[in-house]
Amino acid sequence: MPQLAKKPTRAVALGRLLERWLPQIVVSPLFAASLVFVYGFIAWTVYISFTRSGVLPNYTLAGLLQYERLWATPRWYVALRNLFVFTGLFVAGCMAIGILLAILLDQRIRIEGVIRNIYLYPMALSFIVTGTAWKWILNPTLGIEKFVQGLGFPDFSFDWLIDPNMAIYTVVIAGVWQSSGYVMALFLAGLRSVDDEIIRAAAIDGAGPVRTYASIVLPMIRPVFLSSIIVLSHIAIKSYDLVVALTGGGPGYATDLPATFMYAFAFQRSELGVAAASAVMMLVTVMAIIIPYLYSELRGARK
Amino acid sequence: MSREGIVERRGAGHFLLRMLLFAVLGLFCLLYLMPLVVMISTSLKSLEEIRTGSFISLPKEVTFDAWGKAWDTACVGVRCTGLEPYMWNSVLMVVPAVFISTLLGAINGYALTKWRFRGANTIFALMLFGAFIPFQIVLLPMARTLGYFGLAGTTSGLILVHTVYGLAFTTLFFRNFFVSVSDGIVQAAKIDGAGFFPIFFKLMLPMAVPTIVVTVIWQFTQIWNDFLFGIAFTVGDSNPVTVALNNIVATSTGVKEYNVDMAAAIIAGLPTLFVYVLAGNYFVRGLSAGAVKG
Amino acid sequence: MAEVKLDKVWKKFGQNEVIKGIDLKIESGEFVVLVGPSGCGKSTLLNLIAGLESLSGGDIRIGDQLVNDVPPKDRDIAMVFQSYALYPTKSVHKNITFGMETRNIPRDEQARAVAEVTQLLHIEQLLERKPGQLSGGQRQRVAMGRALVRKPDVFLFDEPLSNLDAKLRIEMRTEIKKLHQRLGKTTIYVTHDQVEAMTLASRIAVMDNGHIRQFGTPEDIYENPVDLFVAGFMGSPSMNIVHGRVLRNGGYAVEVVDEEGRIEFSLPEELAKKVAGREGQDVVLGLRPEIITHAGAHAPGSSVFSFRRAVDVIEPTGPDTMLVFTLGGSEAIGRIRPDVAVVAGKPYGFQVNMDKAKLFDPVTGLRL
Repeated sequence: MPQLAKKPTRAVALGRLLERWLPQIVVSPLFAASLVFVYGFIAWTVYISFTRSGVLPNYTLAGLLQYERLWATPRWYVALRNLFVFTGLFVAGCMAIGILLAILLDQRIRIEGVIRNIYLYPMALSFIVTGTAWKWILNPTLGIEKFVQGLGFPDFSFDWLIDPNMAIYTVVIAGVWQSSGYVMALFLAGLRSVDDEIIRAAAIDGAGPVRTYASIVLPMIRPVFLSSIIVLSHIAIKSYDLVVALTGGGPGYATDLPATFMYAFAFQRSELGVAAASAVMMLVTVMAIIIPYLYSELRGARK
Repeated sequence: MSREGIVERRGAGHFLLRMLLFAVLGLFCLLYLMPLVVMISTSLKSLEEIRTGSFISLPKEVTFDAWGKAWDTACVGVRCTGLEPYMWNSVLMVVPAVFISTLLGAINGYALTKWRFRGANTIFALMLFGAFIPFQIVLLPMARTLGYFGLAGTTSGLILVHTVYGLAFTTLFFRNFFVSVSDGIVQAAKIDGAGFFPIFFKLMLPMAVPTIVVTVIWQFTQIWNDFLFGIAFTVGDSNPVTVALNNIVATSTGVKEYNVDMAAAIIAGLPTLFVYVLAGNYFVRGLSAGAVKG
Repeated sequence: MAEVKLDKVWKKFGQNEVIKGIDLKIESGEFVVLVGPSGCGKSTLLNLIAGLESLSGGDIRIGDQLVNDVPPKDRDIAMVFQSYALYPTKSVHKNITFGMETRNIPRDEQARAVAEVTQLLHIEQLLERKPGQLSGGQRQRVAMGRALVRKPDVFLFDEPLSNLDAKLRIEMRTEIKKLHQRLGKTTIYVTHDQVEAMTLASRIAVMDNGHIRQFGTPEDIYENPVDLFVAGFMGSPSMNIVHGRVLRNGGYAVEVVDEEGRIEFSLPEELAKKVAGREGQDVVLGLRPEIITHAGAHAPGSSVFSFRRAVDVIEPTGPDTMLVFTLGGSEAIGRIRPDVAVVAGKPYGFQVNMDKAKLFDPVTGLRL
């Protein structure tokens, strides 16, 4: 192709330069977007939490003022207490049920696929839908309470939803219902990944099903335990939708969680400084869990 | 694990255990299905029946009134248009967001794994971190930014938000996939003279179809089901259906129409449920991929 | 008493018949090797004996006990698996004692057993390590230790050496043989490697497609294969299978015709008797590579037959040189001493010891 040979070399050189840097060029805007929208925004929020911001952002630094205000708010303590209770019970409940169901489903059942899908479908629903459904089921006058009374227990009462002391447990119930299938799916895959020969060796050694699971199989899938707990904790700390739909944070703010606290103070009470401080506390909590986990995972992978 | 085939002492005990197994599995099936059944059956009852019957009883008289109301006339705040317009909002929001975040995630994952450049792994790690942050930390600055660009309270603003924050997960999915694709294929194509984008569109994407499906399903479910961004960044007309649903259910004025609430909830949940029924396997793969270390 | 007796054993997976009515009697203290190609059912048969698969039909007896419905742990057997199947989260020590703990054996007895076994296998210093930290050979020994500690009546091995490299394989092979000589326990060993079978076994069962084709001593299987399958399977390189016709020309001979020409392999008296009455019929001649060699190599008195064929490829292996030539239209291999001069492409004068030739019926494959 003689004509092309006559093309000016500068354009060709430029084109080649472009080609060489293309990957970086392609990735940069996306990376830049990440930098801005994730790290930049985090930095902004952290900064605001150290300022005098109220209804509007105010960029004068004010030290730990907002944090002091945060920790002087009774509602924050309610939110924290709820967070611990909810996270603890949510993780424990999902793990217990998920592992149990995984072990049961591991027993080679013909309709395993159908059952698995039934256990998992709640994961496909929005937390708002889940919250709405359970709000109705746990309805103090028309839900479970009425049903059990109708069975012949006229004194039965189940008004957890409006009981400030018990309302958080309704969130646990709805949350475990939604997410335990996820643990089941993870553990079932883990159980299935165990080499059959090891099971046979255990059978010859005389181990029955229980001892085989407890002493051999479950220890072998320790990584699944860890990653499940991490993911569940992460879901729990971020929980917002479920609380809004199920209890609206109430009664009063009895089922407040840091997530709902932050939203209320940011968009309803317009106390940006305190809201930012609470968001930073959430971030710190999440990081305290995720970073050691990621670090140990990456170190393990490098071995 | 499978103990199938291993000789065991047969006996009544074995049979009973098997029956117990099915009983427990069956019990949990009921527990998981119960809310769905209750939702459907409640949505088909009249308010009268709801008040007099129990929550778990099946409708004596099936009526679709509640469904009509939920779709057409239910009141979200002061607007009484039912869920219909909000469903469209969600659709208009989800489709572009899923498409763009998936495409960009694919290009990202491809560039980061198949084209060695300094810092690729660091960049990936930094982007991945974005998937783990509690979004409360970016709510305030994002609200101000959207306001600044005139995108506050619009569907387009919501698309931007979901695309940006979905990028972390889509990049993760595709990066994990492309890592497992042998570098040799790309090397051979480079030797043949193919460039960055041709290799991507002609070689990599066709190979990545299962990952694309997993990513699309995951993103669709996450974005459709989202509530936090919806309520923070849209107002009234531009609300996605999750926000609208919550508003319908949370209205405390007037008579509580539980059947309408249930019908609305089902309508809002149908798309993701439908996707799940159709492509459950891919859904599970997304779940496991999300939990696997980066 | 640890003999193993299989009576009309059947195993079906759904409609798929994997073991088709096998009878087998293994004497106490024997080292029996089940050998055969992939899919012949040898591992399945081993699993049936172990109780890791349930019978579809027939009986299995270990000692005097009918064990059809007896779970593996009660059958007085121990097994070493192909991938060793060590418990990955347990130390070597715990791997060995796991079975004893399950049976509630007192601690001091356990300690004695562990000491005995680790000394025997030279793995004392590995006790606190986990399987992931061991080499292939070490894992193999730990697997054997775990089996030995059960003090079973019967040892079962399922292709235990397949995952080792060639050199290690030969070392471990010898160790296993020494162990058997020392302990004298009945051993049933599965492998697809016929060299392992020949070197280890007191008797070999050659399996194909769910049946046992032949059960006998290694010498018996090698020298008197019952059919073409066994003849072709055992021996490396495998026996040369040559198609020809029976000729009567005074004595009997097998006429082999191909592109290069016509050869009449004269049959010695013993072999001639077997083809009496088959003049003109097709027959299959089996000649092991080691009986086709250079002139003068055979012992005096053997029925030597000479023929010339062009050598296609020369393959020196160190101790021998293999010569590849064509016979009866297919490739054949002869073995000569490495210092003999050969030129590729040129005809070479082979000498074959016809006393050791085998004749097979072309239709049934059975040896005549």
